[in-house]
Amino acid sequence: MSISPKTVIAGAYEHPTRWAPDKTPWQIMAESARGALNDCGLELSDVDGLFTAGIEIGSMAVMQLAEYLNLKPRYLDGTNLGGSSFVAHVAHASAAIHAGLCSVALITYGSTAASNAMAIGTGGGSGQDAASGMISPYGLTTVGGYALCAQRHMEMYGTRSEDLAEIAVTTRRHAGLNPAAKMRTPITIDDVLSSRIISTPLHLLDCCITSDGGGALIITSAERAHDLKQKPVSVLGSGEAIWHPQIGNADLLELAAAQSGEQAFRQSGITPSEIDFCTIYDSFTITVLMTLENLGFCKAGEGASFVRDGRIGLGGELPINPDGGGLSSNHPGMRGVFLVIEAVRQLRGDCKGRQVDDARLGLVHGTGGLLSAFHSGATLILGNET
Amino acid sequence: MSEIEHPKPGIDWETRAYWEGAKRHELILQRCSSCAAIQHRPRALCVSCFADTIEYFRASGRGSVYSYTITHQNQSPGFRNATPYVLAWVELEEGVRLLSNIVGCSPDKVRIGMPIEVDFADIDGEVAIPRFRPR
Ligand SMILES: [Zn+2]
Repeated sequence: MSISPKTVIAGAYEHPTRWAPDKTPWQIMAESARGALNDCGLELSDVDGLFTAGIEIGSMAVMQLAEYLNLKPRYLDGTNLGGSSFVAHVAHASAAIHAGLCSVALITYGSTAASNAMAIGTGGGSGQDAASGMISPYGLTTVGGYALCAQRHMEMYGTRSEDLAEIAVTTRRHAGLNPAAKMRTPITIDDVLSSRIISTPLHLLDCCITSDGGGALIITSAERAHDLKQKPVSVLGSGEAIWHPQIGNADLLELAAAQSGEQAFRQSGITPSEIDFCTIYDSFTITVLMTLENLGFCKAGEGASFVRDGRIGLGGELPINPDGGGLSSNHPGMRGVFLVIEAVRQLRGDCKGRQVDDARLGLVHGTGGLLSAFHSGATLILGNET
Repeated sequence: MSEIEHPKPGIDWETRAYWEGAKRHELILQRCSSCAAIQHRPRALCVSCFADTIEYFRASGRGSVYSYTITHQNQSPGFRNATPYVLAWVELEEGVRLLSNIVGCSPDKVRIGMPIEVDFADIDGEVAIPRFRPR
């Protein structure tokens, strides 16, 4: 059973921008909040729980956001788990509502990562604190961290670049069905394999795009959502976890998703075979493949065969990222909020040309931080029957 | 292509023994004298048994490549002119895995499981960075 059987996602809004040199992150957050409130028919003054996190907006972002919105919420959560933060925020908001600590939670994100030219993937952190001092001399980039896992996966299981490319090709096909997606021109396996290498074995087209953007969610009780504008989406289960190098015994093929997924499935009483579609953080193609294994959709080492033959495409057994994901639709620094937004749109049946047939149960999984250094995982299981 | 110019690490009292060892070209690990656990990165107490009984010892410096990636793009100083370079997870004979660079061979010769040994890059006579080369 769920920790919070009576909490729902009542409002969701994806900011249409992909390039916003004329906007600030705060403005994108506020415009997204307005969109999500309009979506469900609530007012800013109804919001009494506030959630955000970001890369370029500072460690006290949630306080600054409250000031920007002129809100004095009674519940604040600035948990920053990297890109998965907003997936975890949904669980935190559900728990807070369930505990009576707030009644209408606003989760909002905004970023101008692309127009500010942040080198997200290949900047390479050079933090000078002692902990990062064990890593910073060596030129670990974001792509490099994921590439280390990909290389190990290939060695252990014979996974090929063609298998990873399948994920990029499928996701791009989905983006072609989403008018808001940034990259919509179809690509082939050969296009992926012939794109330049960023960090072996990952090519340019194995990597997510960068964009500006933002989005927002409104979480409330099923009771409160009853007479709102949209059909509510229930939070049936959740889990969060982190992976770290375990005092020097790091296993690069084990992800936080194994722990967070297990908890979310157990809490919801749902099994992987019952899930109709997933939105999975696709920072890189390898992220999706290893996440599927770690969530239990297939066994470790079977990811490559799992993603073949159209299984993860629309019309297949388990469509993944129907909106085009971070690989093709948008990726403004941290992408977790969009995973939830697309799952909500799918469960409402609002997705026109890219609608998953008869979507009743969706799994959302966010990954934050850096695979092979340390990373977070946050899983949600969502349903449209209340 | 030129050599990596390693950024100097931040050092505090918990990591000082590690970096002082590196300056002597010794790879230093921590072992707990109460429970015999080996841990890395260095920290003030043993997180296996929570005792304060941390000892330092010189590791063999030998190990193998656990995983690697040939980095072709990195905009940051010290690396942007050094691509392609090899970033690797190294598994030491002591069982500990750590992140480092593989040097001393062409990047395309590196394989998972390849036997390697530690090799130190001195920086300004102040600090030395442990890397690994084929053995
Ligand atoms: Zn101990």
